[in-house]
Amino acid sequence: MKQRERLIEALLALSAGISVLTTGGIIVMLAVEAAHFFRQVPLGTFLTDTQWTPLFADKHFGILPLVSGTLLTTGVAIAVALPLGLIIAIYLNEYATVGFRNVIKPLLEVLAAVPTVVYGFFALTVVTPFLQRLIPGMAGFNALSAGSVMGIMILPLVSSLSEDALTAVPRSLREASYALGATRLQTAMRVVVPAASSGITVSVILAISRAVGETMIVAIAAGQEPRLTANPLVPVETITTYIVQVSSGDVAYGTLEYDTIFAAGITLFVLTLVLNNVGYWFRQKFREQYE
Amino acid sequence: MRRGIDQPKNQHRRLQHRISYHGGGGGRIRAATSKGADYGGRVGYRGGFQKFCRREIDLTNASRPITDREGQDCHRQDIDYLPLTVAFDGLVVVVHPSNTWVKSLKVSELKKIWEPAAQHRIMRWNQIRPEWPAAEIHLFGAGTASGTYDYFTQAVVGQRHASRGDYTASEDDNVLVQGVSTDPLALGFFGFAYYEANQAALRLVPIDDEQPHNGAGPIVPTVETVKNNTYAPLSRPLLLYVSSVAARRPEVQAFIRFYLTQAPDLAREVGYIPLPATEYRRQQARFDEFVTQQR
Repeated sequence: MKQRERLIEALLALSAGISVLTTGGIIVMLAVEAAHFFRQVPLGTFLTDTQWTPLFADKHFGILPLVSGTLLTTGVAIAVALPLGLIIAIYLNEYATVGFRNVIKPLLEVLAAVPTVVYGFFALTVVTPFLQRLIPGMAGFNALSAGSVMGIMILPLVSSLSEDALTAVPRSLREASYALGATRLQTAMRVVVPAASSGITVSVILAISRAVGETMIVAIAAGQEPRLTANPLVPVETITTYIVQVSSGDVAYGTLEYDTIFAAGITLFVLTLVLNNVGYWFRQKFREQYE
Repeated sequence: MRRGIDQPKNQHRRLQHRISYHGGGGGRIRAATSKGADYGGRVGYRGGFQKFCRREIDLTNASRPITDREGQDCHRQDIDYLPLTVAFDGLVVVVHPSNTWVKSLKVSELKKIWEPAAQHRIMRWNQIRPEWPAAEIHLFGAGTASGTYDYFTQAVVGQRHASRGDYTASEDDNVLVQGVSTDPLALGFFGFAYYEANQAALRLVPIDDEQPHNGAGPIVPTVETVKNNTYAPLSRPLLLYVSSVAARRPEVQAFIRFYLTQAPDLAREVGYIPLPATEYRRQQARFDEFVTQQR
């Protein structure tokens, strides 16, 4: 009996170990390959050059245009997902009846189950033509359309996690607010949301890090031209799109051009790692305790 | 199934041999060749010639001649090869249908737009001609792994593989069609076939090479102007390379015979421009002679 117990424990430890090992493997692989790249391109140039043209005659290795493309599409996505997600969460938690909530919540989560390639074509063939009617002169590939659809994609993430945070706010706080004569809206906006703010912030940070790493939607709908711009109406290229573009082309293995995808990959990794840690730190530091 | 397509498959089964070939170039020439032989994958022509010279494949399509360096690779492996011309292609320069200002472009202007020195410098339409709008120019063109890119840079910039890098570069012509057809400030280039399939969404730009001896003034790419070579320098022959090793095999010989008889129909079907009938007979004769030399 004891032996069986130990076997089960070992199996459990192994399952946990696999995820850690995988992460470790990815970091090592990224670091080793990126080291090849940074031996030839100084880190300073990589971070400050404003052009990214590693596959062309006049080679530049500035990651900024790709980072700006990534941040631009992510910014649009958050601009869509944060207000919508928060309103949905407040509505479901403070206003909706239990029956309605039980219907709407699973439906909302269906959004997270749509394959991202479908979202990509939805952006390109439905959202872009629609936006072009509103904004004449907008390019066919652009950050606005891709970002908005990405916002819809991460909406369930923001609304679910925010809703959990709102639910966790103790009933006594609401009751105190009502007792002081506050309306439902005042209670929701001035008492419940501030009390749940750390949880909401974490949901947004997780959503950002999901959007930063999203590939298919931006590869299909945002364009493939590395452009350092804050204009959401023109084609841009994100870090993920660049990695897809190079790995599906026929750049020879082991060349500097090939190593660029690892440099781009490690940039992406650092970006999401920082975001996740900020989220974790935020939760630890600003968590409101109600006991 | 189209008629005539089953034939080589049956033959190939009967002979119990496999012919492997390389398509290359975003599904363009591939459509004309991919009937009846194993398709070796989709990468640019450079990849195709490498495999060809390593004896991994028997035939390779190309939209540009093999380079000296690639040729040396082959000779080092003791492989001789024969290029057969199978059809013509034209590269088209296109803009959005709502573009009112571009009536034609000179090759020198195309060079000014696409050369490496233009990178981050030629960014607005009025930098090409002062009377054009001061709006941004959005460029779309073949990716660096495609033969179309090699060909365009050679023909326009004058040096293969030299161009600016700040444009939407894709090996997938559908991405380029999509980009130009939805962007009023776009200028793009790709193969004639893709223009034909999307005529309503694009506008052709006539090209002037400023050499009156092969047609004066701007010339619109049409079947006629590509065939008679006045649409210069953006029309090109499409080639099929056969290796000397493969040419000894009867199933390859049968396949080439089939290929050259079907090429006019298939070329038309996928938007290329067939050679005159006499020219296909001449290509067959060249191949027969090549086979004889291998004995």
